[in-house]
Amino acid sequence: MNKRNFSQNIAFGMFWLAGIVSVLIMAFVVGYIMVKGLPGISLDFFTTSPRGGLSGDGGIYSTIVTTFYMIVVTLVFATPLGVGTAIYLTEYSSNTDSRAMGRLVSIARFGVETLAGVPSIIFGLFGYALFVTVMNLGFSILSASLAGACLIIPVIIRTTEEALKAVPAGYREGSLALGANRWETTWKVVLPAALRGISTGILLSAGRIVSETAIFFVTLGGSYRVPRSLMSGGRTMALHVYYLAMETRAFDKAMSTAAVLVALIIIMNLAINMVTNKIAAK
Amino acid sequence: MENETTRMSTEGYSLFYGRFKALNSIDIKIPSNRITAFIGPSGCGKSTFLRSFNRMNDLIPGVTTTGTVRLDGRDVAKEDVVKLRKKVGMVFQRPNPFPKSIFDNVAYGPRLHGLRNRSDLAVLVEKSLRQAAIWEEVKDDLQKSGMSLSGGQQQRLCIARAIAVEPEVILMDEPASALDPVATLKIEELMNELKMNYTIAIVTHNMQQAGRVSDYTAFMLTDQNRAGNLIEFGATKQIFTTPVDSRTEDYISGRFG
Repeated sequence: MNKRNFSQNIAFGMFWLAGIVSVLIMAFVVGYIMVKGLPGISLDFFTTSPRGGLSGDGGIYSTIVTTFYMIVVTLVFATPLGVGTAIYLTEYSSNTDSRAMGRLVSIARFGVETLAGVPSIIFGLFGYALFVTVMNLGFSILSASLAGACLIIPVIIRTTEEALKAVPAGYREGSLALGANRWETTWKVVLPAALRGISTGILLSAGRIVSETAIFFVTLGGSYRVPRSLMSGGRTMALHVYYLAMETRAFDKAMSTAAVLVALIIIMNLAINMVTNKIAAK
Repeated sequence: MENETTRMSTEGYSLFYGRFKALNSIDIKIPSNRITAFIGPSGCGKSTFLRSFNRMNDLIPGVTTTGTVRLDGRDVAKEDVVKLRKKVGMVFQRPNPFPKSIFDNVAYGPRLHGLRNRSDLAVLVEKSLRQAAIWEEVKDDLQKSGMSLSGGQQQRLCIARAIAVEPEVILMDEPASALDPVATLKIEELMNELKMNYTIAIVTHNMQQAGRVSDYTAFMLTDQNRAGNLIEFGATKQIFTTPVDSRTEDYISGRFG
Protein backbone atom coordinates (compact mmCIF):
# COMPACT_ATOMS: atom_id res chain seq x y z
CA MET A 1 0.00 0.00 0.00
CA ASN A 2 1.66 3.21 -0.96
CA LYS A 3 2.13 6.04 1.41
CA ARG A 4 0.81 8.77 -0.84
CA ASN A 5 -2.55 7.14 -1.29
CA PHE A 6 -2.73 6.57 2.42
CA SER A 7 -2.19 10.23 3.25
CA GLN A 8 -4.68 11.20 0.57
CA ASN A 9 -7.28 8.95 2.15
CA ILE A 10 -6.62 10.45 5.57
CA ALA A 11 -7.00 13.97 4.15
CA PHE A 12 -10.23 13.14 2.34
CA GLY A 13 -11.52 11.48 5.48
CA MET A 14 -10.91 14.64 7.49
CA PHE A 15 -12.61 16.86 4.92
CA TRP A 16 -15.54 14.49 4.76
CA LEU A 17 -15.82 14.58 8.54
CA ALA A 18 -15.64 18.37 8.56
CA GLY A 19 -18.40 18.51 5.97
CA ILE A 20 -20.60 16.09 7.87
CA VAL A 21 -20.13 17.95 11.16
CA SER A 22 -21.07 21.33 9.67
CA VAL A 23 -24.15 19.89 8.00
CA LEU A 24 -25.12 18.17 11.26
CA ILE A 25 -24.78 21.40 13.24
CA MET A 26 -26.96 23.18 10.69
CA ALA A 27 -29.50 20.39 10.69
CA PHE A 28 -29.55 20.35 14.49
CA VAL A 29 -30.19 24.11 14.76
CA VAL A 30 -32.93 24.10 12.14
CA GLY A 31 -34.37 20.82 13.44
CA TYR A 32 -34.45 22.05 17.05
CA ILE A 33 -36.24 25.24 16.08
CA MET A 34 -38.71 23.35 13.95
CA VAL A 35 -39.45 20.75 16.63
CA LYS A 36 -39.94 23.41 19.29
CA GLY A 37 -41.64 25.91 17.02
CA LEU A 38 -43.93 24.01 14.68
CA PRO A 39 -46.45 22.76 17.32
CA GLY A 40 -47.32 26.38 18.16
CA ILE A 41 -48.11 27.28 14.56
CA SER A 42 -51.71 27.40 13.41
CA LEU A 43 -53.72 29.57 11.09
CA ASP A 44 -54.54 31.84 14.03
CA PHE A 45 -50.85 32.35 14.62
CA PHE A 46 -50.55 33.97 11.19
CA THR A 47 -53.75 35.99 11.30
CA THR A 48 -53.71 37.59 14.75
CA SER A 49 -51.38 40.29 15.96
CA PRO A 50 -49.38 40.04 19.17
CA ARG A 51 -51.30 41.38 22.15
CA GLY A 52 -48.28 42.74 23.93
CA GLY A 53 -47.58 42.51 27.63
CA LEU A 54 -45.60 39.94 29.53
CA SER A 55 -47.67 36.98 28.45
CA GLY A 56 -46.67 37.31 24.79
CA ASP A 57 -50.15 36.24 23.69
CA GLY A 58 -51.31 36.45 20.11
CA GLY A 59 -49.85 35.64 16.71
CA ILE A 60 -47.45 37.34 14.35
CA TYR A 61 -49.75 38.98 11.81
CA SER A 62 -48.50 42.54 12.28
CA THR A 63 -44.86 41.44 12.22
CA ILE A 64 -45.38 39.71 8.87
CA VAL A 65 -46.93 42.89 7.50
CA THR A 66 -44.10 45.01 8.89
CA THR A 67 -41.46 42.67 7.50
CA PHE A 68 -43.10 42.85 4.10
CA TYR A 69 -43.26 46.66 4.19
CA MET A 70 -39.65 46.82 5.29
CA ILE A 71 -38.51 44.66 2.39
CA VAL A 72 -40.46 46.67 -0.18
CA VAL A 73 -39.63 50.16 1.09
CA THR A 74 -35.96 49.38 1.69
CA LEU A 75 -35.55 47.89 -1.77
CA VAL A 76 -37.32 50.89 -3.33
CA PHE A 77 -34.62 53.11 -1.83
CA ALA A 78 -31.65 50.82 -2.22
CA THR A 79 -32.11 49.16 -5.62
CA PRO A 80 -31.93 52.21 -7.90
CA LEU A 81 -29.01 53.66 -5.93
CA GLY A 82 -27.08 50.41 -5.70
CA VAL A 83 -27.65 49.26 -9.27
CA GLY A 84 -27.00 52.77 -10.59
CA THR A 85 -23.73 53.05 -8.70
CA ALA A 86 -22.60 49.63 -9.94
CA ILE A 87 -23.44 50.55 -13.54
CA TYR A 88 -21.44 53.72 -13.18
CA LEU A 89 -18.47 51.95 -11.62
CA THR A 90 -18.27 49.15 -14.18
CA GLU A 91 -19.63 50.61 -17.40
CA TYR A 92 -18.52 54.22 -17.30
CA SER A 93 -15.79 55.02 -14.82
CA SER A 94 -13.24 52.55 -16.20
CA ASN A 95 -13.25 54.37 -19.51
CA THR A 96 -12.11 57.72 -18.28
CA ASP A 97 -8.78 59.31 -19.06
CA SER A 98 -9.09 61.74 -16.16
CA ARG A 99 -6.80 61.08 -13.21
CA ALA A 100 -9.05 62.81 -10.69
CA MET A 101 -12.00 60.72 -11.83
CA GLY A 102 -9.99 57.53 -11.44
CA ARG A 103 -9.05 58.61 -7.91
CA LEU A 104 -12.65 59.30 -7.01
CA VAL A 105 -13.72 55.93 -8.35
CA SER A 106 -11.13 54.02 -6.36
CA ILE A 107 -12.18 55.91 -3.22
CA ALA A 108 -15.81 55.03 -3.94
CA ARG A 109 -14.88 51.41 -4.43
CA PHE A 110 -12.90 51.33 -1.20
CA GLY A 111 -15.87 52.93 0.55
CA VAL A 112 -18.21 50.26 -0.74
CA GLU A 113 -15.89 47.46 0.37
CA THR A 114 -15.57 48.99 3.82
CA LEU A 115 -19.26 49.69 4.27
CA ALA A 116 -20.03 46.08 3.39
CA GLY A 117 -18.07 45.01 6.46
CA VAL A 118 -19.50 47.49 8.97
CA PRO A 119 -21.65 45.90 11.74
CA SER A 120 -25.32 46.61 11.22
CA ILE A 121 -25.75 48.27 14.62
CA ILE A 122 -23.47 51.07 13.36
CA PHE A 123 -25.92 51.75 10.56
CA GLY A 124 -28.61 51.57 13.21
CA LEU A 125 -26.92 54.21 15.35
CA PHE A 126 -26.42 56.37 12.29
CA GLY A 127 -30.07 55.92 11.32
CA TYR A 128 -31.19 56.72 14.85
CA ALA A 129 -29.09 59.88 14.94
CA LEU A 130 -29.97 61.13 11.47
CA PHE A 131 -33.36 59.81 10.43
CA VAL A 132 -35.09 59.29 13.77
CA THR A 133 -33.74 62.34 15.57
CA VAL A 134 -32.35 65.06 13.31
CA MET A 135 -34.77 64.54 10.44
CA ASN A 136 -37.48 63.93 12.97
CA LEU A 137 -38.91 60.89 11.22
CA GLY A 138 -39.30 59.12 14.55
CA PHE A 139 -39.27 55.37 15.05
CA SER A 140 -40.88 54.46 11.78
CA ILE A 141 -40.80 52.20 8.77
CA LEU A 142 -39.38 55.17 6.86
CA SER A 143 -36.46 55.69 9.27
CA ALA A 144 -35.74 51.98 9.47
CA SER A 145 -35.92 51.55 5.68
CA LEU A 146 -33.52 54.40 5.10
CA ALA A 147 -31.09 52.89 7.62
CA GLY A 148 -31.66 49.46 6.09
CA ALA A 149 -30.96 50.88 2.64
CA CYS A 150 -27.58 52.13 3.87
CA LEU A 151 -26.87 48.61 5.07
CA ILE A 152 -27.77 46.81 1.85
CA ILE A 153 -26.62 49.32 -0.78
CA PRO A 154 -23.03 48.01 -0.57
CA VAL A 155 -24.37 44.46 -0.99
CA ILE A 156 -26.37 45.44 -4.07
CA ILE A 157 -23.46 47.42 -5.53
CA ARG A 158 -21.08 44.49 -5.15
CA THR A 159 -23.38 41.80 -6.49
CA THR A 160 -24.46 44.02 -9.39
CA GLU A 161 -20.84 44.82 -10.20
CA GLU A 162 -20.04 41.10 -10.25
CA ALA A 163 -23.03 40.45 -12.52
CA LEU A 164 -22.01 43.22 -14.91
CA LYS A 165 -18.39 42.10 -14.99
CA ALA A 166 -19.55 38.60 -15.91
CA VAL A 167 -21.12 39.94 -19.11
CA PRO A 168 -18.64 39.14 -21.92
CA ALA A 169 -16.80 42.16 -23.34
CA GLY A 170 -17.76 40.88 -26.79
CA TYR A 171 -21.40 41.88 -26.22
CA ARG A 172 -20.37 45.46 -25.53
CA GLU A 173 -18.00 45.60 -28.49
CA GLY A 174 -20.61 44.08 -30.77
CA SER A 175 -23.18 46.65 -29.74
CA LEU A 176 -20.83 49.63 -29.90
CA ALA A 177 -19.57 48.54 -33.31
CA LEU A 178 -23.15 48.68 -34.60
CA GLY A 179 -23.31 52.34 -33.67
CA ALA A 180 -24.89 52.09 -30.23
CA ASN A 181 -23.68 54.52 -27.59
CA ARG A 182 -22.67 53.44 -24.11
CA TRP A 183 -26.09 53.94 -22.61
CA GLU A 184 -27.87 52.01 -25.37
CA THR A 185 -25.33 49.24 -24.99
CA THR A 186 -25.81 49.14 -21.22
CA TRP A 187 -29.59 49.29 -21.38
CA LYS A 188 -30.26 46.95 -24.29
CA VAL A 189 -27.46 44.40 -24.06
CA VAL A 190 -25.52 44.48 -20.80
CA LEU A 191 -28.36 44.87 -18.28
CA PRO A 192 -30.58 42.16 -19.80
CA ALA A 193 -27.59 39.81 -19.81
CA ALA A 194 -26.82 40.64 -16.17
CA LEU A 195 -30.43 40.67 -14.97
CA ARG A 196 -30.36 37.31 -13.22
CA GLY A 197 -27.17 38.14 -11.37
CA ILE A 198 -28.61 41.46 -10.30
CA SER A 199 -31.84 39.81 -9.13
CA THR A 200 -29.78 37.44 -7.03
CA GLY A 201 -28.15 40.41 -5.32
CA ILE A 202 -31.52 42.01 -4.65
CA LEU A 203 -32.91 38.77 -3.23
CA LEU A 204 -29.85 38.43 -1.00
CA SER A 205 -30.45 41.95 0.28
CA ALA A 206 -34.09 41.18 0.93
CA GLY A 207 -32.85 38.26 3.02
CA ARG A 208 -30.67 40.66 4.94
CA ILE A 209 -33.69 42.84 5.78
CA VAL A 210 -35.61 39.81 6.97
CA SER A 211 -32.83 38.60 9.23
CA GLU A 212 -31.38 41.83 10.68
CA THR A 213 -32.37 42.88 14.19
CA ALA A 214 -29.89 45.31 15.71
CA ILE A 215 -30.32 48.00 13.08
CA PHE A 216 -34.12 47.96 13.37
CA PHE A 217 -34.05 47.75 17.14
CA VAL A 218 -32.91 51.37 17.22
CA THR A 219 -34.89 52.72 14.26
CA LEU A 220 -38.17 50.86 13.95
CA GLY A 221 -39.43 51.30 17.49
CA GLY A 222 -40.91 47.89 18.18
CA SER A 223 -44.65 48.54 18.15
CA TYR A 224 -46.58 45.30 17.80
CA ARG A 225 -49.48 46.97 16.00
CA VAL A 226 -50.15 46.71 12.30
CA PRO A 227 -48.41 49.66 10.62
CA ARG A 228 -50.78 52.19 9.04
CA SER A 229 -48.28 54.27 7.10
CA LEU A 230 -44.61 54.81 6.44
CA MET A 231 -44.50 56.87 9.62
CA SER A 232 -45.75 54.01 11.79
CA GLY A 233 -43.31 52.10 13.91
CA GLY A 234 -43.38 48.34 13.94
CA ARG A 235 -41.41 45.20 14.47
CA THR A 236 -40.16 42.72 11.91
CA MET A 237 -40.41 38.99 12.58
CA ALA A 238 -36.77 38.84 13.60
CA LEU A 239 -37.26 41.70 16.06
CA HIS A 240 -40.37 40.00 17.39
CA VAL A 241 -38.34 36.91 18.18
CA TYR A 242 -35.99 39.07 20.17
CA TYR A 243 -38.79 40.82 22.08
CA LEU A 244 -40.59 37.56 22.81
CA ALA A 245 -37.46 35.88 24.05
CA MET A 246 -36.16 38.75 26.19
CA GLU A 247 -39.27 40.56 27.39
CA THR A 248 -42.05 38.00 27.71
CA ARG A 249 -42.57 34.56 29.16
CA ALA A 250 -43.63 33.17 25.78
CA PHE A 251 -40.46 31.41 24.77
CA ASP A 252 -42.53 28.91 22.78
CA LYS A 253 -43.94 31.76 20.66
CA ALA A 254 -40.41 32.96 20.03
CA MET A 255 -39.59 29.48 18.76
CA SER A 256 -42.68 29.39 16.54
CA THR A 257 -41.85 32.79 15.07
CA ALA A 258 -38.27 31.63 14.55
CA ALA A 259 -39.56 28.56 12.71
CA VAL A 260 -41.57 30.76 10.34
CA LEU A 261 -38.54 32.98 9.87
CA VAL A 262 -36.27 30.04 9.09
CA ALA A 263 -38.79 28.70 6.60
CA LEU A 264 -38.96 32.10 4.92
CA ILE A 265 -35.16 32.30 4.67
CA ILE A 266 -35.02 28.80 3.22
CA ILE A 267 -37.63 29.73 0.62
CA MET A 268 -35.69 32.85 -0.31
CA ASN A 269 -32.49 30.89 -0.69
CA LEU A 270 -34.25 28.35 -2.87
CA ALA A 271 -35.42 31.23 -5.02
CA ILE A 272 -31.85 32.48 -5.30
CA ASN A 273 -30.67 29.01 -6.26
CA MET A 274 -33.34 28.78 -8.90
CA VAL A 275 -32.29 32.10 -10.37
CA THR A 276 -28.57 31.24 -10.37
CA ASN A 277 -29.11 27.73 -11.72
CA LYS A 278 -30.92 29.23 -14.64
CA ILE A 279 -27.87 31.38 -15.30
CA ALA A 280 -25.62 28.35 -15.19
CA ALA A 281 -27.90 26.45 -17.55
CA LYS A 282 -27.75 29.22 -20.13
CA MET B 1 -4.29 49.39 -58.14
CA GLU B 2 -4.31 52.59 -60.19
CA ASN B 3 -7.80 51.92 -61.55
CA GLU B 4 -9.37 51.29 -58.15
CA THR B 5 -11.62 53.70 -56.27
CA THR B 6 -10.38 54.31 -52.75
CA ARG B 7 -12.93 53.68 -50.02
CA MET B 8 -10.85 54.16 -46.91
CA SER B 9 -7.37 55.50 -46.45
CA THR B 10 -4.85 56.58 -43.85
CA GLU B 11 -2.14 59.20 -44.05
CA GLY B 12 0.78 59.26 -41.65
CA TYR B 13 -1.37 57.45 -39.13
CA SER B 14 0.30 56.64 -35.81
CA LEU B 15 -1.30 55.30 -32.65
CA PHE B 16 0.00 55.43 -29.08
CA TYR B 17 -0.96 53.53 -25.95
CA GLY B 18 0.12 56.18 -23.46
CA ARG B 19 3.73 56.80 -24.49
CA PHE B 20 4.12 53.52 -26.31
CA LYS B 21 3.90 53.85 -30.07
CA ALA B 22 1.96 50.90 -31.43
CA LEU B 23 1.50 52.01 -35.04
CA ASN B 24 4.09 54.01 -36.92
CA SER B 25 3.01 56.45 -39.62
CA ILE B 26 0.93 54.20 -41.84
CA ASP B 27 -0.21 55.25 -45.32
CA ILE B 28 -2.63 53.00 -47.13
CA LYS B 29 -5.49 53.20 -49.60
CA ILE B 30 -8.13 50.51 -49.29
CA PRO B 31 -9.91 49.97 -52.60
CA SER B 32 -13.67 49.89 -52.87
CA ASN B 33 -15.49 46.56 -53.34
CA ARG B 34 -12.35 44.54 -52.85
CA ILE B 35 -11.09 42.33 -50.07
CA THR B 36 -7.96 43.67 -48.44
CA ALA B 37 -6.11 41.33 -46.10
CA PHE B 38 -3.77 42.42 -43.32
CA ILE B 39 -1.16 39.83 -42.46
CA GLY B 40 1.83 39.80 -40.16
CA PRO B 41 3.11 38.14 -36.99
CA SER B 42 1.28 38.44 -33.66
CA GLY B 43 1.62 41.84 -32.04
CA CYS B 44 2.40 43.70 -35.26
CA GLY B 45 -0.60 45.97 -34.73
CA LYS B 46 -2.85 44.70 -37.52
CA SER B 47 -5.93 44.38 -35.29
CA THR B 48 -5.25 47.76 -33.71
CA PHE B 49 -4.95 49.24 -37.18
CA LEU B 50 -8.21 47.62 -38.31
CA ARG B 51 -9.98 49.05 -35.26
CA SER B 52 -8.83 52.52 -36.27
CA PHE B 53 -11.22 52.52 -39.21
CA ASN B 54 -14.33 52.43 -37.01
CA ARG B 55 -12.66 54.16 -34.05
CA MET B 56 -13.02 51.20 -31.71
CA ASN B 57 -9.71 52.30 -30.17
CA ASP B 58 -11.50 55.37 -28.80
CA LEU B 59 -12.86 53.06 -26.10
CA ILE B 60 -9.44 52.29 -24.68
CA PRO B 61 -8.27 54.85 -22.12
CA GLY B 62 -4.91 56.42 -22.94
CA VAL B 63 -5.00 55.92 -26.70
CA THR B 64 -3.93 58.90 -28.81
CA THR B 65 -3.36 59.15 -32.54
CA THR B 66 -1.71 61.39 -35.09
CA GLY B 67 -2.30 61.54 -38.83
CA THR B 68 -5.68 60.88 -40.43
CA VAL B 69 -8.02 58.04 -41.26
CA ARG B 70 -10.46 58.78 -44.06
CA LEU B 71 -13.70 57.24 -45.26
CA ASP B 72 -14.75 58.48 -48.70
CA GLY B 73 -12.21 61.24 -48.31
CA ARG B 74 -13.58 62.56 -45.03
CA ASP B 75 -11.62 62.51 -41.77
CA VAL B 76 -13.30 59.92 -39.52
CA ALA B 77 -12.09 61.73 -36.38
CA LYS B 78 -14.39 64.62 -37.27
CA GLU B 79 -17.35 62.41 -38.02
CA ASP B 80 -20.03 61.48 -35.52
CA VAL B 81 -18.91 58.10 -34.20
CA VAL B 82 -22.42 56.63 -34.39
CA LYS B 83 -22.72 57.56 -38.09
CA LEU B 84 -19.21 56.30 -38.74
CA ARG B 85 -19.91 52.89 -37.19
CA LYS B 86 -23.14 52.64 -39.15
CA LYS B 87 -21.05 52.97 -42.32
CA VAL B 88 -18.16 50.82 -41.11
CA GLY B 89 -19.37 47.53 -39.64
CA MET B 90 -17.25 45.04 -37.75
CA VAL B 91 -17.08 41.28 -37.28
CA PHE B 92 -15.00 40.03 -34.36
CA GLN B 93 -12.65 37.15 -33.77
CA ARG B 94 -14.96 35.35 -31.41
CA PRO B 95 -18.56 35.15 -32.61
CA ASN B 96 -20.43 37.47 -30.28
CA PRO B 97 -24.17 37.19 -30.87
CA PHE B 98 -26.21 38.88 -28.15
CA PRO B 99 -28.20 36.60 -25.82
CA LYS B 100 -31.32 37.46 -27.80
CA SER B 101 -33.30 35.78 -30.55
CA ILE B 102 -31.86 35.46 -34.05
CA PHE B 103 -34.35 38.08 -35.22
CA ASP B 104 -33.51 40.52 -32.45
CA ASN B 105 -29.80 40.09 -33.08
CA VAL B 106 -30.15 41.14 -36.69
CA ALA B 107 -32.75 43.82 -35.94
CA TYR B 108 -30.61 45.33 -33.17
CA GLY B 109 -28.68 47.75 -35.40
CA PRO B 110 -31.61 48.91 -37.56
CA ARG B 111 -33.71 49.49 -34.44
CA LEU B 112 -30.93 51.60 -32.94
CA HIS B 113 -30.89 53.72 -36.03
CA GLY B 114 -34.61 54.30 -35.86
CA LEU B 115 -36.29 51.58 -37.92
CA ARG B 116 -39.43 50.60 -35.98
CA ASN B 117 -41.88 49.33 -38.57
CA ARG B 118 -42.35 45.60 -38.02
CA SER B 119 -42.75 44.51 -41.62
CA ASP B 120 -39.83 46.65 -42.79
CA LEU B 121 -37.73 45.07 -40.06
CA ALA B 122 -38.81 41.58 -41.08
CA VAL B 123 -37.86 42.26 -44.70
CA LEU B 124 -34.49 43.65 -43.69
CA VAL B 125 -33.76 40.77 -41.32
CA GLU B 126 -34.51 38.21 -44.02
CA LYS B 127 -32.43 40.06 -46.58
CA SER B 128 -29.48 40.31 -44.22
CA LEU B 129 -29.67 36.65 -43.21
CA ARG B 130 -29.84 35.67 -46.88
CA GLN B 131 -26.82 37.79 -47.73
CA ALA B 132 -24.94 36.19 -44.86
CA ALA B 133 -25.83 32.76 -46.27
CA ILE B 134 -27.54 31.59 -43.11
CA TRP B 135 -31.21 32.16 -43.94
CA GLU B 136 -31.88 28.59 -45.02
CA GLU B 137 -30.50 27.24 -41.75
CA VAL B 138 -32.45 29.50 -39.41
CA LYS B 139 -35.61 30.58 -41.25
CA ASP B 140 -37.82 28.04 -39.45
CA ASP B 141 -37.26 29.56 -36.06
CA LEU B 142 -36.06 33.13 -35.92
CA GLN B 143 -37.14 33.35 -32.28
CA LYS B 144 -34.52 30.83 -31.26
CA SER B 145 -31.62 32.28 -29.26
CA GLY B 146 -28.64 33.32 -31.33
CA MET B 147 -26.47 31.62 -28.73
CA SER B 148 -27.95 28.21 -29.59
CA LEU B 149 -26.33 28.18 -33.04
CA SER B 150 -23.01 26.51 -33.84
CA GLY B 151 -19.85 28.63 -33.88
CA GLY B 152 -19.83 28.99 -37.66
CA GLN B 153 -23.53 29.86 -37.74
CA GLN B 154 -23.02 32.37 -34.94
CA GLN B 155 -20.32 34.09 -36.96
CA ARG B 156 -22.55 34.28 -40.03
CA LEU B 157 -25.30 35.64 -37.80
CA CYS B 158 -22.86 38.32 -36.66
CA ILE B 159 -22.11 39.10 -40.29
CA ALA B 160 -25.86 39.37 -40.94
CA ARG B 161 -26.12 41.67 -37.94
CA ALA B 162 -23.36 43.87 -39.35
CA ILE B 163 -24.92 43.89 -42.83
CA ALA B 164 -28.34 44.84 -41.49
CA VAL B 165 -27.29 48.44 -40.83
CA GLU B 166 -26.28 48.66 -44.51
CA PRO B 167 -22.64 49.63 -44.06
CA GLU B 168 -20.18 50.50 -46.82
CA VAL B 169 -17.24 48.76 -45.24
CA ILE B 170 -17.03 45.57 -43.20
CA LEU B 171 -14.00 45.08 -40.98
CA MET B 172 -13.26 41.49 -40.05
CA ASP B 173 -10.85 40.76 -37.23
CA GLU B 174 -9.72 37.16 -37.75
CA PRO B 175 -13.32 36.14 -38.37
CA ALA B 176 -12.55 32.45 -38.86
CA SER B 177 -9.81 31.81 -36.34
CA ALA B 178 -12.24 30.34 -33.81
CA LEU B 179 -13.99 28.15 -36.39
CA ASP B 180 -13.47 24.69 -37.82
CA PRO B 181 -12.30 24.26 -41.46
CA VAL B 182 -15.78 23.69 -42.91
CA ALA B 183 -17.20 26.78 -41.22
CA THR B 184 -14.10 28.71 -42.28
CA LEU B 185 -14.67 27.77 -45.90
CA LYS B 186 -18.26 28.99 -45.68
CA ILE B 187 -17.14 32.33 -44.30
CA GLU B 188 -14.56 32.66 -47.08
CA GLU B 189 -17.13 31.91 -49.79
CA LEU B 190 -19.43 34.41 -48.16
CA MET B 191 -16.77 37.12 -48.22
CA ASN B 192 -16.34 36.63 -51.94
CA GLU B 193 -20.04 37.28 -52.48
CA LEU B 194 -20.14 40.21 -50.09
CA LYS B 195 -17.47 42.18 -51.92
CA MET B 196 -19.94 42.97 -54.70
CA ASN B 197 -21.71 45.27 -52.28
CA TYR B 198 -19.18 45.99 -49.60
CA THR B 199 -15.58 46.89 -49.11
CA ILE B 200 -13.96 44.32 -46.86
CA ALA B 201 -10.85 44.59 -44.75
CA ILE B 202 -9.79 41.43 -42.97
CA VAL B 203 -7.08 40.70 -40.44
CA THR B 204 -5.88 37.14 -40.58
CA HIS B 205 -3.20 34.98 -39.05
CA ASN B 206 -3.68 32.46 -41.75
CA MET B 207 -1.61 33.19 -44.84
CA GLN B 208 -3.36 30.60 -46.97
CA GLN B 209 -6.60 32.33 -46.14
CA ALA B 210 -5.22 35.70 -47.19
CA GLY B 211 -4.00 34.09 -50.41
CA ARG B 212 -7.37 32.44 -51.08
CA VAL B 213 -9.78 35.26 -50.40
CA SER B 214 -8.11 38.62 -50.75
CA ASP B 215 -7.53 40.86 -53.74
CA TYR B 216 -4.96 42.98 -51.96
CA THR B 217 -2.60 42.14 -49.15
CA ALA B 218 -0.91 44.41 -46.64
CA PHE B 219 2.05 43.03 -44.72
CA MET B 220 2.77 44.54 -41.32
CA LEU B 221 5.73 44.08 -39.02
CA THR B 222 7.10 45.66 -35.86
CA ASP B 223 10.28 47.71 -36.00
CA GLN B 224 13.07 47.74 -33.39
CA ASN B 225 10.86 49.87 -31.09
CA ARG B 226 8.02 47.35 -31.34
CA ALA B 227 5.87 49.81 -33.29
CA GLY B 228 3.79 48.33 -36.11
CA ASN B 229 4.78 49.39 -39.62
CA LEU B 230 3.24 48.74 -42.99
CA ILE B 231 6.02 47.01 -44.90
CA GLU B 232 4.40 46.26 -48.19
CA PHE B 233 1.00 46.62 -49.80
CA GLY B 234 -0.09 45.38 -53.19
CA ALA B 235 -2.15 42.91 -55.20
CA THR B 236 -2.29 39.62 -53.33
CA LYS B 237 -0.85 37.72 -56.28
CA GLN B 238 2.13 40.03 -56.45
CA ILE B 239 2.75 39.99 -52.68
CA PHE B 240 2.66 36.20 -52.62
CA THR B 241 4.77 35.61 -55.73
CA THR B 242 7.09 38.54 -56.21
CA PRO B 243 7.29 40.55 -53.00
CA VAL B 244 9.48 43.63 -53.26
CA ASP B 245 10.66 43.71 -49.66
CA SER B 246 12.88 40.89 -48.44
CA ARG B 247 11.08 40.85 -45.05
CA THR B 248 7.79 40.16 -46.82
CA GLU B 249 9.41 37.34 -48.71
CA ASP B 250 10.83 35.88 -45.49
CA TYR B 251 7.44 35.99 -43.82
CA ILE B 252 5.52 34.60 -46.80
CA SER B 253 7.95 31.76 -47.21
CA GLY B 254 7.58 30.93 -43.55
CA ARG B 255 11.05 31.87 -42.39
CA PHE B 256 9.62 33.60 -39.30
CA GLY B 257 6.33 34.49 -37.65
